Amino acid sequence: MKPELVELSEQQKRARKARNAAIGIALAIFVVILYVGTWAKFGANLFNRAL
Amino acid sequence: MAHVENTTALNTGFEDRLEGISVAMPRDFLLLLKPRVMSLVIFTALVGMVMAPVHLNLAISTISILCIAIGAGASGALNMWFDADIDAVMSRTATRPIPGGRVTRSEALGFGIVLSGFSVVLLGLLTNWLAAGLLAFTIFFYAVIYTMWLKRSTPQNIVIGGAAGAFPPVIGWAAMTGSVSLEPVVLFAIIFLWTPPHFWALALFKSSDYGRASIPMMPNVHGNRSTQNQIFGYSLLLAASGAAPWLLGYSSLGYGVIAILLGAEFIREAWLVLRMDANDAKMIPAKRLFGYSIFYLFALFLALLVDALVAGAVA
Repeated sequence: MKPELVELSEQQKRARKARNAAIGIALAIFVVILYVGTWAKFGANLFNRAL
Repeated sequence: MAHVENTTALNTGFEDRLEGISVAMPRDFLLLLKPRVMSLVIFTALVGMVMAPVHLNLAISTISILCIAIGAGASGALNMWFDADIDAVMSRTATRPIPGGRVTRSEALGFGIVLSGFSVVLLGLLTNWLAAGLLAFTIFFYAVIYTMWLKRSTPQNIVIGGAAGAFPPVIGWAAMTGSVSLEPVVLFAIIFLWTPPHFWALALFKSSDYGRASIPMMPNVHGNRSTQNQIFGYSLLLAASGAAPWLLGYSSLGYGVIAILLGAEFIREAWLVLRMDANDAKMIPAKRLFGYSIFYLFALFLALLVDALVAGAVA
């Protein structure tokens, strides 16, 4: 039997695409915040460790 | 026959799932964060930071403000999740994302919880755990103590709940210094005392809205006359607390003059509300006081900010 598949409306597709883009941008901003914040907090001490 | 019934049930479920697929745009999730409240939180937290007697690291202070703003926004999302039923019957809130049908309650709940967790943990890791603890307490206070308990149970709801809105400058100060002293407590007191006249002015001309939603705001419980009296009383206390940073020696005479002038105008607006007929249909003085109260808080904190920046530049 052929499974009954969900067919998204144009509005649902547009909203999903916009949400995906927003999540991507938010994640990128989050990574930058962590990177910048870590540098700002530890500075050169980041290299002051056993290698 | 049983087979037919099952098929019908399956189809109905399928239709529900199709209907349940979100049409929320990113803007709807931003609206869950109450951007206008967030802007006030950012501004007051910034003043708390700038007044702190430490050298500000631009990156850390910027990220701290972002964390405080997102934490405040997350508590707004949790508020909209819980209050969706009453938001739907009030003209001021009926078009919010949940009653507007664009975001589901579970989406708002998940969004609020995730952002709360991220904002608190990030603030703790980058600054200190006192600031993070204060932010966590603020979110808890607004979402649980105010939204779930006080708002629907007592006319003192916004008086006690006002503490949640008063915390941002304290968090900003704590993020920079790792401690809390009298200066940020004075800023807390200003916002705390500003909240009742601000919201009760709104409640006077929106009392039918609050009545429809069965929210026990002061005018709906004790009447307009009692609310007008209390607005005036709180306005006197607010004007005095506005001048406190100068009286306690934290700010210059220039700030003191501005605070006194702004406070005098606040008292005049509150006096007009006091003199207003309790059954006035248009409530013009209440609408004016509501508008002025927003300007007052912004102008007062701007004066504090400029004063602190000038003092820092001179030193």
